Amino acid sequence: MQWLNILIQGSLLGGIYALFAIGLSLSFGIMRLVNIAHGDFIVLSGYVALVVVQGTGLDPFSSLLIVVPVMFIVGYVLQRGLLNQTLSGGLLPPLLVTFGISIIIQNGLLQGFGAYDHRLQEGPIETASLHLPGSIDIGVFPLLVFAVAILSIASLQFLFYRTGLGRAFRAVSDDAYTAELMGIDNRKLYALALGIAMVFTAIAGVLFGIRTIFDPAAGPIRLILAFEAVIIGGLGSLWGTLVGGIVLGIAQSVGAALDPTWQILAGHLAFLAILIVRPNGLFPRTRD
Amino acid sequence: MTDLAADREPVRVERATKASRIFALVAIVVLAVLVSLPWWSDAGWMRLVAEMAYYVALAQLWNLLAGYAGLVSVGQQAYVGLGGYMLFYLTGVWNVNVYVALLLAGPFAGLVSIPVSFAVFRLRGAYFAIGTWVVSEVFSLLASLILVLGAGSGLSLTVPILQEISSDRDVRDTVLYLMTLGASLFVFGIVYFLLRSRHGLALTAIRDSEPASASLGVNTFRTKFIIYVATAACTGLIGGLIFLQKLRISPEAGFSINDWTVVVIFMVVIGGIGTLEGPFIGMLVYIVLRELLADYGTYYLILLGVIAIVIMLKAPMGLWGWVVHRFDLQLFPVGRRLALKPDQSKR
Amino acid sequence: MTLLRTQNLSAFYGDFQALFGIDVTVEQGETVAIIGANGAGKTTLLRSIAGALTTAPQSVLFDDAPIGDKTPHDIVRLGIAMVPEGRRLFQSLSVEENLMLGAHSGRAGPWSLKRVYELFPRLHELRHLPSTSLSGGQQQMAAVGRALMSNPRLLLCDELSLGLAPVIIRDIYQCLGAIIGEGTTVVLVEQDINRALDASTRFYCLQEGRLALTAPTKNFDRAALTAAYFGM
Repeated sequence: MQWLNILIQGSLLGGIYALFAIGLSLSFGIMRLVNIAHGDFIVLSGYVALVVVQGTGLDPFSSLLIVVPVMFIVGYVLQRGLLNQTLSGGLLPPLLVTFGISIIIQNGLLQGFGAYDHRLQEGPIETASLHLPGSIDIGVFPLLVFAVAILSIASLQFLFYRTGLGRAFRAVSDDAYTAELMGIDNRKLYALALGIAMVFTAIAGVLFGIRTIFDPAAGPIRLILAFEAVIIGGLGSLWGTLVGGIVLGIAQSVGAALDPTWQILAGHLAFLAILIVRPNGLFPRTRD
Repeated sequence: MTDLAADREPVRVERATKASRIFALVAIVVLAVLVSLPWWSDAGWMRLVAEMAYYVALAQLWNLLAGYAGLVSVGQQAYVGLGGYMLFYLTGVWNVNVYVALLLAGPFAGLVSIPVSFAVFRLRGAYFAIGTWVVSEVFSLLASLILVLGAGSGLSLTVPILQEISSDRDVRDTVLYLMTLGASLFVFGIVYFLLRSRHGLALTAIRDSEPASASLGVNTFRTKFIIYVATAACTGLIGGLIFLQKLRISPEAGFSINDWTVVVIFMVVIGGIGTLEGPFIGMLVYIVLRELLADYGTYYLILLGVIAIVIMLKAPMGLWGWVVHRFDLQLFPVGRRLALKPDQSKR
Repeated sequence: MTLLRTQNLSAFYGDFQALFGIDVTVEQGETVAIIGANGAGKTTLLRSIAGALTTAPQSVLFDDAPIGDKTPHDIVRLGIAMVPEGRRLFQSLSVEENLMLGAHSGRAGPWSLKRVYELFPRLHELRHLPSTSLSGGQQQMAAVGRALMSNPRLLLCDELSLGLAPVIIRDIYQCLGAIIGEGTTVVLVEQDINRALDASTRFYCLQEGRLALTAPTKNFDRAALTAAYFGM
């Protein structure tokens, strides 16, 4: 039963990791842009929620109504105003510019909020749990997060495969040059893509902020976890990213069961092992 | 036979330029001044110059990796920490002589980088970058968990180890300073030598177009692999020297991405990526900015971030790159130029 | 009425000059062929018109309005559509999705999914298949259909016959005839000289980025054309 527990907890953990990874996966899939500041935007969303909660008295879930549009606009403007210019310069400009953004966000948050830990309080749901036969406890909140992850991916799949906008995204991802020749405004589409990525980043940031304490320096590890989920799952597949998150979560749970301080390390080692054995991930799709 | 052929060729291949010859003289003078520093300056200046020296070395190495080999690593701090820890471990736990331990730190880092490359070379571009970061995090976590390495609190250099260098504090400072200067020169020498050689030409070709150079017979994988391991080894050596002077190492300090990667990348990018002169300039800019603005804490770091972004967008070739573009200048002669021979009217 | 006109059009790829002062006119309803050897600048010319290559604003005039520096998607909106060299269908999209994407710019006009399927009945059967599973000829038809979906006033066709069997090429040019019959103005780039001349009313011959020859195609002396083609 101990093992079943580990599997379940690990899988649920995979939900939050998949949520972390969605934004990263989107921006890479559509624009081949790896946003080094991705983790910092997750943390930034948490801080935006904190400000909203403290300013309006709303609970964190409700604060999403404000945080999500705000982060969408942040993503849209960032891509349109800054990142679009980096796309044609090769590998270094996007990497170094997003690196610079990461430093700016971390230090800006440090300046604004100090080096303290913060958390978003949602109430009893944080610790509620379902008691299943076989002495298995499933936390309601992790289950909720997992459900949100599934819902998010499903809605994105709907967007990509059943709407005109999704069609345009896929076309631009395939062949940006020809897409433009067919009448697509690439720059606007890229901005929209980052905006949408930020929507899910914001959701991830708020949920993460309820579940764990965060501080201005919490960004990089989020980026790494998101990245590991994407790579394990295989580039180009959102459902694959969910599986990648689950595998990562389970690896971490196994490590934590052996010794709590080994949790993150176990995840890293599993990632490196999979990378060596299956470099294209478990469900590779993109040809890039 | 050879004479006939040589007569027929109207051009010859030149390495040095007029500017580089002048610069070589200037460099020798500056070097002499720096070497003599211990005899006319104080410990504070020696520490600063030593810091400048090891930062330049790290910047040259990162530049070699990213600017020439196209391997943008955000995880070189792994080898800085590795070199430092190896030094402390060998001297502290195995009572190895401090000089021997220092000499072993580099090769050890190089050896570790071999299996690491098997993992990270599977990734490309920005994913490669993050992959190297993961590896560094793994080392950091391992260091914080292994008791014999001091776990979370790290290790300190004990007095007996320091006394192996000298019991006299001033002599010790001088020795450490000169060693750092020497190591930095050595690292620069390796980078310079590599770039001047056939490998350097291969690198430039790879940097300009990997498929094209592969089709011409350049073994891109092997070249990159050699560069990666060599860079790791040199970085390990520098790491050993850095922490020998800091006297303490901990996972956070040894594998600090801010200290060993962010700053280094900043230097290379500002100075001019893909040039030998760039890291020197970038290092000077960084040090000056730091001395002027360090009081402003986080604002100063934000400013660094902003400068890096602006440079990347407006002047991606960095300060030196701008100079090269404008004046066609090269101080360190790594290129090859075709020069017309003076007219031989014997015919 | 002149639909498209280039004035002293010069085009560069970085420092490399591909076109040297080209003057081309296309009247409404015409079919104009651009022929020339590999590297003569034919595709560069089409790219300049379609906006994929930026040139001086006044060097390309559409309906007398300067479009030389406009973005490709703006130019599609104005009514110019390209069938790119090598088809370049979107691999992740099905045949029908490729066609629907062609209508992204939202221009009104006679062409719709239904009409494209009437023109290319075979595509209707294949419409849900991934575009990668089509044969070369079918892909070419899909590429033409995709361009038509934007209801262009001017259709640019780059090497329709590239890599296709003669029978297939004949079919495609037959469909092209139907398109021309609707009144669409067409600029045709071809290496297959005979095909190009059979389908067009006028032609331009490019040689190393320069205009070597232009004339109506009717009864034109092929020997003189060969001379211009190879720059003799």
